[in-house]
Amino acid sequence: MQKSSLNRRTLLAAAGATALVAGPARLLTPAMASGRFAPTETMRGGANNYMPNAPFVDRLGKGFLMSGRVMRAGDGAPLGNIRIQIWAATTLGGEREPRNHGSVLTGPDGRYQLEMEQIVPNFGQPHAHLAYDDGAFRTVFLRPVMPSPKDTSLTADFILDPA
Amino acid sequence: MAGPDDQPKTGGAGVRAGRVAGLGLLLLLTVPILIAAASPLQSYRSIAYVSGSLAGVTALMLLIAQPLLAGGLWPGLTRAATRRWHRRAGGVLAASVLVHVGGLTIASPADAIDALMLVSPTPFSIYGVTAMWVTVLTVLLVVLRRRLPVRPVTWAWLHNGLALLLVGATVVHAMMIEGTMGPVSKGLACAAALVAGTGIIAYLRVWRTLRHRA
Repeated sequence: MQKSSLNRRTLLAAAGATALVAGPARLLTPAMASGRFAPTETMRGGANNYMPNAPFVDRLGKGFLMSGRVMRAGDGAPLGNIRIQIWAATTLGGEREPRNHGSVLTGPDGRYQLEMEQIVPNFGQPHAHLAYDDGAFRTVFLRPVMPSPKDTSLTADFILDPA
Repeated sequence: MAGPDDQPKTGGAGVRAGRVAGLGLLLLLTVPILIAAASPLQSYRSIAYVSGSLAGVTALMLLIAQPLLAGGLWPGLTRAATRRWHRRAGGVLAASVLVHVGGLTIASPADAIDALMLVSPTPFSIYGVTAMWVTVLTVLLVVLRRRLPVRPVTWAWLHNGLALLLVGATVVHAMMIEGTMGPVSKGLACAAALVAGTGIIAYLRVWRTLRHRA
């Protein structure tokens, strides 16, 4: 919990410092500034190697924690029971390796998390892919990049726009 | 390699020392490729991805060799031999670019197509794609050399201009990538490619021309 907000603050600082910044920071900035929750936009390349309807899993391995929050656009209310699909290149193989694909549900507080194998640099950047693609809200594909390939966790938040 | 007509003027010991130095240089250029091949990341990748990544490193290393060959500065080789090897290495360089792009396209078509269409999220892709098209232009320039209505001096300048663009784009591309290359060998290889490329053009087009006129 603490980790998540800390991480976002770090990202926001990075957004001010550089133009080459991970998408979530850029997308969250206007929302934070204006005090409302603007919908998260799909990131470039976010849907690459997407295999729809990844099976629900308890975990995809161990040692790396993917987590985040899912909120409703506008009021920022946490959204529970939302399916988030996650895939990434890990020590198990590339992004098309089925063992690297899994779905989890958010809890009542809107938080989700998935433990998986260590994410490794793929196509030049260590990154994950996440999707909300279930119809009730507008589909969003994220592609957050890890600041360092040595990181053992990554967060990505969704602010969903009712479809 | 060297024919009887183009033996260096130095004595037998000098020739041997030159050849040893030439072989040593060739082996030195393979070191960054071996380091990349030994990266733990390779074991998580498909054969297409491994081939593509190593072909990219090979292309970078050839960018160090090419200026030395073009300038006749490769130790142990005569001028005539370096010209032949410059042409052959150019062919290998073009083939490496093809394997690099082809391998990555097989490994992840969506990511490769994004890069080729210039809509990739990775900022280094645009430099890689630039380097690819400069390679294509260079191949055309070489293949159509006799049919192009340009004087040899102009052709040489065109070739040099494309070569500098290729080195610059490749170095930026390589430095921004978090991949299989060792950070030290990558930095040294990129510096060597820049120094060799700019140095040889200054040597050939400025220094030697001025000496000829004097």
